[in-house]
Amino acid sequence: MHDHEQRLHAISAHRWRIAFVLSAIMLVAYYGFILLVAFDKALLASRLNEGLSLGILLGALVIVFAWVLTIIYTKWANGVYDREIEELTHLAR
Amino acid sequence: MPQTSTTSILFFFVFVSATLIITYWAAKRTKTTEHFYAAGRSITGFQNGLALAGDYMSAASFLGIAGLVALNGFDGLIYSTGWLVGWPIILFLIAEPLRNLGKYTFTDVVAYRLQQKPVRIAAAIGTMAVVLTYLIAQMVGSGTLIKLLFGIPYVWAVIIVGCVMIMYVLFGGMIATTWVQIIKACLLLGGATAMALMVLSKFGFNPINLFAQAAKEGCDPAAAAGSQLFCYGGKVLEPGTKVVTGAWDAVSLGMALMFGTAGLPHILMRFYTVPNAKAARVSVMWATIWIGFFYLITFILGFGSMVLVGQKSILAAGGGGNMAAPLLANALAGQVFFGFICAVAFATILAVVAGLTLAGAGALSHDLWVNVVRGGHAPQHEQMLAARAASLLLGVCAVLLGIVFEGQNVAYMVGLTFSIAASANFPALVLSVFWRKFTTWGAVCSILFGAIGTLVLIYCGPTIQFDLLGPKAAAAGSPKEVVDAANAAIAAYKADIMAKWWYFPLKNPCIYTMTGAFLIGIVVSLLAPERAAQEGFNEVERRAVLGEPKGAAAE
Repeated sequence: MHDHEQRLHAISAHRWRIAFVLSAIMLVAYYGFILLVAFDKALLASRLNEGLSLGILLGALVIVFAWVLTIIYTKWANGVYDREIEELTHLAR
Repeated sequence: MPQTSTTSILFFFVFVSATLIITYWAAKRTKTTEHFYAAGRSITGFQNGLALAGDYMSAASFLGIAGLVALNGFDGLIYSTGWLVGWPIILFLIAEPLRNLGKYTFTDVVAYRLQQKPVRIAAAIGTMAVVLTYLIAQMVGSGTLIKLLFGIPYVWAVIIVGCVMIMYVLFGGMIATTWVQIIKACLLLGGATAMALMVLSKFGFNPINLFAQAAKEGCDPAAAAGSQLFCYGGKVLEPGTKVVTGAWDAVSLGMALMFGTAGLPHILMRFYTVPNAKAARVSVMWATIWIGFFYLITFILGFGSMVLVGQKSILAAGGGGNMAAPLLANALAGQVFFGFICAVAFATILAVVAGLTLAGAGALSHDLWVNVVRGGHAPQHEQMLAARAASLLLGVCAVLLGIVFEGQNVAYMVGLTFSIAASANFPALVLSVFWRKFTTWGAVCSILFGAIGTLVLIYCGPTIQFDLLGPKAAAAGSPKEVVDAANAAIAAYKADIMAKWWYFPLKNPCIYTMTGAFLIGIVVSLLAPERAAQEGFNEVERRAVLGEPKGAAAE
């Protein structure tokens, strides 16, 4: 039973590490964008072509980035992580 | 402005009739509090994703952001990204422990291993502060909007919204509310997508051509006869000063938007409607996809109405830019589509206020009545009665607040809501799940500091002191002397207030209040350790991973 507790703890700690890293990545990406808006308006105003400024591109990329992170996490947690938890509860029974 | 009456009222009646039929169906299935608050935990991940999107995409984000983009261009995107990035944070940090530890409200999680009564009272205060400020913003917005869209007097508009919403919540509980939100999300996403496709079809299905038209320098719309396209110069693609004034304000607003989403009680409550943590994750994934997609579309709609309708007509229609999207619908496909988009905006408001009312009812009846007054032991029929009484009470409150705040500038209320949510609810929720040494009084002090601190600092800040209480600028078109006198009065007033010791320079206090709420929660907990709470943490950790023990689910 003690072994079981420890493994549960390890699996859970692993998930939290991944969750924190992903949160930090999201935070950096979003704050990178906001700080550019606040401090370097000229850079964001620079034009990639006639209709597209760097600001619009980066803003849209922050949204796409949020999609990518949530999809990666959901796939991982619902696949790998849940299977480990299932195995563990199965063993305990 | 196009005549709305017949078509939009027709669409509106179809929507209300359909949702009331669903409410009737849902009412027959709503027998216990598990149904009333959590839809019997029978909603699938995909459905809940749509419902979350429906709960979150308010009229402010549809009409407001489209208008902000139509009038300011790029700046609208700053809000859009901020409102989206909270969702990954909910998924990574909040969704699973919330679903696995709680029953009906997020307070269940905070109070799990702490002393029930003080924590529940404090958390109910945090919840009600968020729910009431958001309700005021929504009700006032809806009254003004419906007056504009349908030509109904303000008071009647607020009463109609209130009555229909009370029917949903009172009789159909979470089941009806969920389906109203799903239908609304589909209508909104469908309508907005159709509009965006129509806009893009005029620009070779490439948004960059649309932006390029808006950014064309020195063009003359009259010269390009028959094309009816407007253009404004390159500034519309660049960051302006509309949303972000100072660097610290930007950081603070960013915090409020990002973490506030993870502290909104009506959003958190939706996680109890799905059967397990797996479905909770899937629902956030879909919510993020739909909401992000919606914001990208709204950006295109904003530029579309800038170019196809023109800023002058948008401003002339009133509502500070809110009419941009409906006017675009009219320009693209005529009156019937205009009526449809107006009805969708109405449906949007109904779905959001229904979700808010239900969350507030959960705090009043489940947290305060059942768990504080009755010590957690109340028979099922009494719990249901309390839930319904609280819904009715809140619904009536919403209508009264809407009427009291008529004509007030409530734009700052949405920012206030997110700031309170990020400062009062989010820190307590995070600390209770992650930190073994968190105590009852740490939670209470953290929540109260977050809620009261935000209210006080907003009151002492520029939004209330200058925009609301300060002298107003002279009306447009006034003689030069009048304008100068008004500007001088404003400058003198501002200098006077800014010299006061209590003046707080940021529009959004979140950077101080959220950090402060975390610090206070930690310091108070360390000063007075609570043994029972520490011992209970093992159970919290275990259950946050494994969920409810099998067989204990049924009440």
